[in-house]
Amino acid sequence: MTREPIIELEGITKTFGVGAAAFQALKGIDFDVERGDFVAVMGASGSGKSTTMNILGCLDVPTSGIYRFLGTEVQSMTRDQRSLLRRKYLGFVFQGFNLLARTTAVENVELPLLYRGEKKEARRAAALKALDRVGLVPWAEHTPAELSGGQQQRVAIARALVTEPEVLLADEPTGNLDSERSLEIMEFLAELNQTGITILMVTHEADMAQFAKTIVHFKDGLVEQVERGHRQGAPLGVGAAG
Amino acid sequence: MFGTTLLLAFREIRRHILRSFLTTLGIIIGVAAVITMVTLGRGVTADIEKQISSLGSNVFFVFPIQNERGQWRPFDERDVMAMREQIAGVKFVAGQVERNVVAIYNGQDWRTKAEGVENEFLDARGIKIEEGRRFTSAEETSGANVCIIGPTVREEIFPTSQSPVGERMRLDNVSCQVIGVFATRGSVGGNGNDDNSIFMPLTNVQRRFTGNNDIGYMVVAYDSSYSSAALTRAMVALMRERRVLLEGQANDFDMVDTAKINETVAATVGTMTVMVAAIAAISLIVGGVGIMNIMLVSVTERTREIGIRLAIGALAREVRLQFLTEAVVLCCFGGMVGILLGFGLSLGLSTALGLPYIFDPFINGLSFVISALIGIIFGYFPARRASKLDPIEALRHE
Repeated sequence: MTREPIIELEGITKTFGVGAAAFQALKGIDFDVERGDFVAVMGASGSGKSTTMNILGCLDVPTSGIYRFLGTEVQSMTRDQRSLLRRKYLGFVFQGFNLLARTTAVENVELPLLYRGEKKEARRAAALKALDRVGLVPWAEHTPAELSGGQQQRVAIARALVTEPEVLLADEPTGNLDSERSLEIMEFLAELNQTGITILMVTHEADMAQFAKTIVHFKDGLVEQVERGHRQGAPLGVGAAG
Repeated sequence: MFGTTLLLAFREIRRHILRSFLTTLGIIIGVAAVITMVTLGRGVTADIEKQISSLGSNVFFVFPIQNERGQWRPFDERDVMAMREQIAGVKFVAGQVERNVVAIYNGQDWRTKAEGVENEFLDARGIKIEEGRRFTSAEETSGANVCIIGPTVREEIFPTSQSPVGERMRLDNVSCQVIGVFATRGSVGGNGNDDNSIFMPLTNVQRRFTGNNDIGYMVVAYDSSYSSAALTRAMVALMRERRVLLEGQANDFDMVDTAKINETVAATVGTMTVMVAAIAAISLIVGGVGIMNIMLVSVTERTREIGIRLAIGALAREVRLQFLTEAVVLCCFGGMVGILLGFGLSLGLSTALGLPYIFDPFINGLSFVISALIGIIFGYFPARRASKLDPIEALRHE
């Protein structure tokens, strides 16, 4: 794999609030993500990993520092420019699944295509293809309430994949699942990564981080340690425990 | 994209069908009230116009009134002649005099009035003959015992199966032959029933019933190219001279122009309609506030959904358009139901009040456009609030 940075962070800081109440969540983050990498961001709560994810996902902008996505500086973009960037290159998977209630699985998956202005037939075809990748075509017409947590998260992954994004951002994707479903999801993400999609994942579970190629440890708003070239796969004993 | 937005709006409304209906109730009632009021106003105007037009058009009514000492001096045949001959612009003048009589036919009796008139009177007041004929000039001159009866008289004392034309009937002690039946005129200004009347030649009524040459009132038909004000001045001067009124003495007669009555009444009803419709329109504004209220609740309720949409790349204006579309669809839906309700109400009330129902496409169209505008105006603020949400905060919202 060519060493080609898709994401570059240089001296990123983020301060919330002003004056005496100001709180510096990020104190200067530098790291790159290469195309095709699978990065797990780890750290205790309050370590700044979620703030970093929000910035990486172009949902938020840093207080200072430079964030380049595919060589373009994001920190100076407007809200709508960042929306268009998300629409085009990013897919999101959240801890709480965040599917639209009372909306069928296939309609949920179609949602990002709606904002791309795709035709109805094209939307449906792409959504079914994405659902096929997560093995949920038989559940296409079911609403989230009729699906298990694992199935809901797979619908959410299908929704993130339907636009064929460059980068998949996953914020605690296994946080609401039991360990067996968690492993299923992680194995699926690892497989996806094999097909060339760059994955950025936030987790506080060391077991889940084992699936990543690169693990970034956060502590008190700084990068504490980066483990590159990690051996991918489930650690011994985890599968048996689930 | 817009089709999809519309689809999303419909889906969201269907999801909360009861709430959507209650929300739009204000708009429904407002639109229905405005349409009903305006339609009824139209009906009243048309009804009054019809009644006034039964008086005849471009016609003056000239009638005696009490003078300062409470005396009442009638006109006579010579006043009619003077009007006819001395005023420019007058097409013809018809005198009328009436007496209450009892009409008897075949043992049936009926209280009515005998009106002494000439054919010109029928012309001036637009009275049509439904059956039979009008007077001949010989009958007018000689004061023949012939009569043209009203539809009420016919109904009350003649059998329905048989034409009364050619029959002989009695009016008090006078026997006369029915030569015609006039078409229904309705009643004017609550002056009894104009269909309950019998026309006879003027000279006959003067000779047989009133016993003098008095004229009750005159109908003066004028050429519409002459000004009503100039004619009034000329006629007043003539009548003052004929009735020997000194300078400073008030007129002991009066005259009205039917065209003027028409204008006045139409203007009055028009003003009242606008006023009542304006009051009804206030409920539209109240309805708009209701829409805004529910849309704000909806934005709060769907904060997470908005967060998801923003996260996957929806632009602020796309979110705004979605919520705005929802508000507009709600209001248009309310407008349509309101139009249907207004149609039902105005039709029902018109029928119940005996008014003509006149469908007014303008007010229906306007009501619909206004409801859509209310959707845009009152939906904009909640929609803007939705589009301004921070996606991170919105996603965290429980």
